[in-house]
Amino acid sequence: MAQRLKEVDVVVIGVGMVGSIVAKELAAAGYKVVGLERGQTRFTVPEFQSPAVHDELRFDIRKALMQDNTREPVTFRNQGAQVALPVRRWESFLPGTGLGGSMVHWNGQTYRFQATDFQLATRTRERYGKNFLDPDVTIQDWGVTYDDLEPHYDRFEYLLGTSGKAGNIKGRIQAGGDPHESPRSRDYPTPPQKEHFQGAMFRKAAGSLGYHPFPQPSSNLSQPYTNPEGVKLNACVFCGFCERYACEHYAKSVPQTVILPVLLANPNFELRTGCQVQRINLDSTKKHATGVTYIDAVGRVFEQPASLVITSTFAINNIRMLLLSGIGKPYDPATGHGVVGRNYAYQTMSTVASFFDEDVIVNPFMASGASGTLINDFAGDNFDHSGLGFIGGAYIGAVNTNGRPIQYHPVPPGTPAWGKGWKQAVVKHYNHTVMFSCHGSSVSQRQNYCDLDPTYRDAWGQPVLRITFDFPPNDIKMAAYVTAKAVEIGKAMGAKQVVGSPRKGPYTVTQYQTTHNTGGTVMGDDPKTSVVNRYLQSWDVPNVFVIGASNYPQNATWNPTGTLGALTYWAIDALKNKYLKSPGRLVSA
Amino acid sequence: MDKVTRRSFVTTVGAATVAPAAALLPLTAAAAVVPAKTANTAEPPKTTYLFFNTAEVLFIEAACERLIPADESGPGALGAGVPNYLDKQLGGAWGAGERLYRSGPWQPGTPSQGYQLPFTPAELFHASLRAINRDLDAHGTPFHGMSPEAQDAYLKSLESGAHDLDGVPSGVFFDMLLKMSIEGFFSDPVYGGNRNMVAWRMIGFPGAYADYFEAIDRHGVKFEREPMSLAEDGHGHIHVRQDIPANL
Repeated sequence: MAQRLKEVDVVVIGVGMVGSIVAKELAAAGYKVVGLERGQTRFTVPEFQSPAVHDELRFDIRKALMQDNTREPVTFRNQGAQVALPVRRWESFLPGTGLGGSMVHWNGQTYRFQATDFQLATRTRERYGKNFLDPDVTIQDWGVTYDDLEPHYDRFEYLLGTSGKAGNIKGRIQAGGDPHESPRSRDYPTPPQKEHFQGAMFRKAAGSLGYHPFPQPSSNLSQPYTNPEGVKLNACVFCGFCERYACEHYAKSVPQTVILPVLLANPNFELRTGCQVQRINLDSTKKHATGVTYIDAVGRVFEQPASLVITSTFAINNIRMLLLSGIGKPYDPATGHGVVGRNYAYQTMSTVASFFDEDVIVNPFMASGASGTLINDFAGDNFDHSGLGFIGGAYIGAVNTNGRPIQYHPVPPGTPAWGKGWKQAVVKHYNHTVMFSCHGSSVSQRQNYCDLDPTYRDAWGQPVLRITFDFPPNDIKMAAYVTAKAVEIGKAMGAKQVVGSPRKGPYTVTQYQTTHNTGGTVMGDDPKTSVVNRYLQSWDVPNVFVIGASNYPQNATWNPTGTLGALTYWAIDALKNKYLKSPGRLVSA
Repeated sequence: MDKVTRRSFVTTVGAATVAPAAALLPLTAAAAVVPAKTANTAEPPKTTYLFFNTAEVLFIEAACERLIPADESGPGALGAGVPNYLDKQLGGAWGAGERLYRSGPWQPGTPSQGYQLPFTPAELFHASLRAINRDLDAHGTPFHGMSPEAQDAYLKSLESGAHDLDGVPSGVFFDMLLKMSIEGFFSDPVYGGNRNMVAWRMIGFPGAYADYFEAIDRHGVKFEREPMSLAEDGHGHIHVRQDIPANL
C-alpha cells in the first residue's frame, strides 16, 4: 500500500539537465517543487575526483555512470517482424543515471539547430516538391520556429558559458564563425577553446577546398566563467577524459557546475534520490494527473500528489513513462494511428580515418570533448539536394575527443584483428592518424517506433521499453554522400591513406554511435501527429509536461543538447507566464 | 594538477627531443617512474591464479600471447600480465555478470541484437575452455604444445565459429577472449594487466596523467612523459586492485 505524502505544486521526474533547470525556475518563482531522481546524489567533490575518474576500463568499457541495465534494460529489434531481445550490455547509446543525469558524462558539444530544421516538412516540400521523399518518411514541422527559440538558446548558452565563435550575429556574417548558422543575438559567452592539431589540419584542408571551417562550440570552457546564476566554472585542461566521464575540474558545464548549487539552496525545492517513479497517476477522467507513484531505495511505495507533473527524463524513458501511465495513445505502425512512441529517430554517424607517416604527430589524448574544428557546408539543408534522393546532411569535423587506447587504436583496413600484424599496426598508427566524424541527421520513418515490450520486465515488475529501429534508406544515402566529401578533405590534408566508413545498415546495438536518441513524444501543432503541443504540454493531460529530446519530430544534423536547453527555457517561459497563471490547455486541440 | 607540475611540464615538452623526460619532472611524479628500459625486459612476476585451473592457465597464457605477441615494439600479453587481468576480472564481479542483464527468456538473436547467451563471463570461459581442452586432448596435442603456426590456425578456427564449445559458439568465446585481452593490455595497471604500463609506453599514451593546457596548441610536438597510473602511491608503486566496481 502506497504511503500518501503531502501535496506539492510540482513534481519533476528526473533531476538531470532539464529537471534541474525547470525545478530551479519554478522554485525561484515560489512554487513547492519535489525532484525525484532514480540514481544517487553525486557532486564534483567528492565523487568526480582524479585520478580515480581517469579509468578507461571502469567508465568507458564498463559504463560506470550509466543507467543500471541489469534492473532497467530496453529491448531492441530492427524490424517489427522480429522478436525484440534485451540489450544485455549498453553499447550503441548510453543513458546516464544519478543527479545531473546524462549531461554529467556528455562531451559538451553545444550546437543550435538551424531555422530550416524546425520547418523541415514545409521546407522540403517547398524546395524539392511533394514527391521528393520516400513515402515512409514521416518528418514534420516542430510547431515552433527558430525565432521563437533564439532567446532561449541564448539563455542556455550563457548558463553553460559555452565557448565558441559566432558566425552570424543579427544577420551579419562574422569571420571565423559558422556562416551557415541562423542569426544569433550575440556572440558566445566565452571565446573558442584552443584548437588541437587534428582540428588545425582539418581547418587548413577544408578551407583550401572552399569550405567554411569553424571552432566547435564547447561547454568545456576556454576560460573561467561566472554564469548569470552566479555559479563559477574553471578553464578546461584538455585531459581527454570527457565523454562517459565526469569532470573533476569544474570545467565542463553540467548541472553540478551550472545550476544545482542554486537549486539546492532554495528551500522551495526538495531533492529525493533513489526514487524510481512507477507512473504518473491520473484521476478517473484520465485527463488530469494527480501526482506520481514511486518506490524508494529501500522498497517503500509512495504516492506524491502534485498539481503539475513534469517528466524530464532521458528521451527513451520519457516515452516509457507516458506508456506506463496511459497518457496519450500508443503508436501502431500497422495503422499509423497513435502518437506515443512514434517518430523515434537517432543520429547517422560515419567516420573517416586519415593515416599519416610517422613524422606527423597528433597526440590524440590531448583534447576536450569539444575542441575540434568542423564545417557545416554539408549539414542540414545547406546544400542543394535536388537529384540526390535524400534530405538532411552531416557536419564533417576533426572532432576527436581522446586517445584512450582500449577503444582508440585505429588501424587501416586489411590489418589482422590480432597477432603481430595487429600489434605493429597499432603502434605505427596510434599517434599518426586523424579521425573525422560525419555527424548526420536522422529522419523519422513509419516503421521506427517504441512501445512496451510484451515479455521483458524491469526490477520493479514493469514492462521495459521496446525499440524497433533501422536506418532509413534516406539516411544511408545521406551518409554515403557526405562521407565521400569528407574523404576529399582527408586527401587534401595530405594523408597517405584515407578511409571512409559511411554508416550502413542494419543498425546495431553492439557498436557505440551516439546517445542522441530522439522522438517518441514529439511536439507539434496537430494532436494526431504529436504527443505534446508547442509548449511541451500533453494534449491529453494538460497538467503533464514532457521535456526531452523525445520532443524532436526527427533529429537534425547536430548534437541535440543545445536545442533541448532552448526548448527547456521555452517551456519554462510558457509555464511561468501562461500555464501557472491560469492552468489549462495552452493550445486548443 | 598544481602549478609546479604544469610549469615543469612545459619545460618537458620544449626539451622533449633532447632530455629524458623524467629528469625534468617534479619530485612527486619523478618518484613514480618505473624505469622504462627495465620494464620491457624484466621477467614478469608469476601470476597466482585464482579463477583459471591449471589446464585452463596453459591455454590462456599461450593463446593470449598469440593474440598480442611480444615483438621488437615491446612485451606481449604475457609480459603485460594480461592472463593475470583475465583471472582477476573473471574471478570477480565482472565474471559473475556485473552490468549484464541476466533475466530470461533467452533465445538467439540477430547479430545486431548483441550477446544473448545465459552464461556469465565466468561461466562462458569455463564452459569454453573445458570443451577446447577436451577436444585437443582427444586429438593428442594440447594448445600450449603446438607450434605458433598451429596455434594461430586453431585460434582462427575458433574465431570463425567452427566449434560448439559446450553450448558456446566458438566465435563468441573468441571475441570475448580478444576483447578482454585488449582491455587487459591497455587498461590501467590497477587491474593487474598492462604491467609497468608497458602497453602505454609502446604507443605513447600518458595514462591517467591529464593536463595538456599548455601542450595542446604546440602542434606536431611529441609529448614525452612517463605515463601515470591512477593507482600509484607516492613512491611510484602501483597497487593492483581487482575489485573496483563498474559504477560510481
